[in-house]
Amino acid sequence: MPSIIGFYSLIFGFFSSIILIFFSIKDYKNSNSFDKKILIFSFLQFLFVVISFFGLILSFVNSDFSNETVFNHSHTTKPLFYKISGTWGNHEGSLLLWLLVLTSFIYFFLIKSNNQPKKYRILTLLFQEIIIIGFFIFLIKTSNPFNYIFPIPEEGLGLNPILQDPALAIHPPVLYLGYVGSSIIFSSALAATTENYLSREWAKHIKIWVLISWIFLSLGILLGSIWAYYELGWGGFWFWDPVENVSLMPWLALTTLLHCIVVMEKKLILSSWAVILSITAFTLSMCGTFLVRSGILNSVHTFASDPERGVFILIFLFFLIFLSLFIFFFFYKGDKKNTNSFFLLSKETSILVNNWFMMYFLSVILVGTTYPIFLDVISSQQISVGPPFYHKLIIPFLIPFLIAMAIGPKLRWIKSGIEDKKYLITLFLISLIITILVVINLDVKFLLNTVLITSALYLFFITVRDFFIKKFSSFSQNIAHFGFSLLILSILFNNFLTTETIVNLKVGETHTTEKFKIKFEDVDQLSEKNYKVIIGKFNVENKTDGRSDILYPELRIYNQPNIVTSEAYIKTNLFLDKFITMNYVQNKEHFNIRYQTKPLMIWIWISVVFISLGGLTSLFKKKHES
Amino acid sequence: MKVKFFPSFLFLILILIFLIFYKGLNKSNIYSPDNIIEKKIPSFSGKQFYNNLYITSEEIFDEEKFYLMNIWASWCVPCREEHSFLMKFKKLDGLEIIGLNYKDKNENAKTFLSELKDPYDLIIVDRDGTIAIEWGAYGVPETFLIYDKKIVKKVIGPLNDDLFFEIKDLIK
Repeated sequence: MPSIIGFYSLIFGFFSSIILIFFSIKDYKNSNSFDKKILIFSFLQFLFVVISFFGLILSFVNSDFSNETVFNHSHTTKPLFYKISGTWGNHEGSLLLWLLVLTSFIYFFLIKSNNQPKKYRILTLLFQEIIIIGFFIFLIKTSNPFNYIFPIPEEGLGLNPILQDPALAIHPPVLYLGYVGSSIIFSSALAATTENYLSREWAKHIKIWVLISWIFLSLGILLGSIWAYYELGWGGFWFWDPVENVSLMPWLALTTLLHCIVVMEKKLILSSWAVILSITAFTLSMCGTFLVRSGILNSVHTFASDPERGVFILIFLFFLIFLSLFIFFFFYKGDKKNTNSFFLLSKETSILVNNWFMMYFLSVILVGTTYPIFLDVISSQQISVGPPFYHKLIIPFLIPFLIAMAIGPKLRWIKSGIEDKKYLITLFLISLIITILVVINLDVKFLLNTVLITSALYLFFITVRDFFIKKFSSFSQNIAHFGFSLLILSILFNNFLTTETIVNLKVGETHTTEKFKIKFEDVDQLSEKNYKVIIGKFNVENKTDGRSDILYPELRIYNQPNIVTSEAYIKTNLFLDKFITMNYVQNKEHFNIRYQTKPLMIWIWISVVFISLGGLTSLFKKKHES
Repeated sequence: MKVKFFPSFLFLILILIFLIFYKGLNKSNIYSPDNIIEKKIPSFSGKQFYNNLYITSEEIFDEEKFYLMNIWASWCVPCREEHSFLMKFKKLDGLEIIGLNYKDKNENAKTFLSELKDPYDLIIVDRDGTIAIEWGAYGVPETFLIYDKKIVKKVIGPLNDDLFFEIKDLIK
């Protein structure tokens, strides 16, 4: 029953969109006031999608296997929480979530943009409706989440166990709010270009939306990364997997856009950047959907490869790209007051410089992600691009990037001198000395790492100093930059100081290294609702201080589908993560034990939270002012 | 109207990217990381199970078709287990199932098939196990997915639900 309601609700939603377009065009041409009907129909459109989405959730909760999506991705023995999260853990459901976010954003946009010019609002709505209708057709035609199957199966096929994880259950909705949030920026930028409304007021008003998508995207990426660390059991948090890359690319575009908007708010320049980046951010989100959903790339996130779906998204994606470029080239008039007076030492110059760096990082990732496809098509060679490629091309450029991040905010708008900036040099020297002292003691390449750590530390010190001196002015910028320096530092030291031991052990055996002793004390077996679990008990004794930890890694044997997953046991404190996993070896008497110590792991997560906090405080400051 | 250089250039580049993505989509994506280099199937000849006539591999395998080659024996317990999956495969369109009856007695094999039903479109007898060796098989049961006279996928041990759906996806 909920499935049927869901399906018809989807159809009604589709019709409301078409009616909405009709009214908007009529209103755009004729009247001077904003037609109330538009608001009503955009609410209806949103409401129908909400009903449809809840219909699907209910089908999942009731384990209604007459619904094909539920049958393929759920099982009666699954805990309620994962039944619900199963709703968006598949292609059809996640597209319905896309649609939900698309329609909700345009509705709230219309409510919140009362003080904006009417024609601009309606055009934004129209562009957004093009996207929405595209997704309605895509959903109904190729990926209907409410397909009925008969005879009704007794039992579902189950959700992939590695997706049964709390962080991953909320990862898609959060990430989608970021991805799809960029659609409203896209529509609004196109509308503003057409209406020649690229002004400081526009920048001020769109900044909120940029911030919202940016915050959600940052948190979404963070959640995905945490999941990879806990669940995949390799002890890493970022693998440069194509799907991770496609989430990072819109993030880079949005971050750059955010900086441009800040400049635009103060001084009407960089508006072409803002428009191009708005287009880029959304197209990259779409491109991500295309790459992931079409099966053109092989990845953990590929749900099902169906060429028909791929072709649809591809054509739709390029339609949007051509449409937006057409609008940009025909309507864009250039900055209104063309005061192209860039001084070398000014805030806007440093932001511009960092924009170029960010664009460089983005291109590296874009090339690395799509190159295998191009090569495959052109020469039928199959390759995959791994971390070394990204590290080689990105790390050296982080150095000037970090330094510009430290010094840039110290400069004034328009023109600035270097008077009274002695502390800039002092802090640099302090960072350099500390770094040299630290790096000498590490077994790493001296020159590159010294420069890298120095620049990260430099940013760190400068932002810390600002917390004390400037107190609350430019607090959000400062906290975000502080978070970024912390992120780079934690990643670097985490990389340098991680140790790893891999050994095969039987119960009762002990493995000794120079620093610690691992004793395999016991195994235990338990039965949970939808899996059996084998728990190992390990005693790891640290030889230097004699303290020991008891660690309990798990092996889970899920019933539906029948898959064994390895659950890492991680003991976290502020300085060090102790990470242990175990796995079957062929004869099932020995277990393969992988023990890692990973310093400063938790700081990687904390620093991303700081970065997002920067966005959040900026959002609230905004609300206070207006 | 003057045609601007940059927009037209960008337009061309984008068209090119579109075409490449489009071609990339239609390229069959059937490879798994462990056998990226698809091996050609070995050529062999063997007796047919029901009529004792000789048949060669060239006669069995067409190029543009999927085949599932399953090595089985009546004495092999896991073969019983996977039998239901073979019956499921039988219902799929565009897939022919070839059985290789490995080191088995004809009588026993026939009872096995009459008891559990016969999923195979063709069965070849491998009395001394030489054909299985040519295929590089480890033991029974073992299953090969073949397309274009190449081994697309190799399954060691009995088939299961996951493999069923994986193979079903591959042959779509």
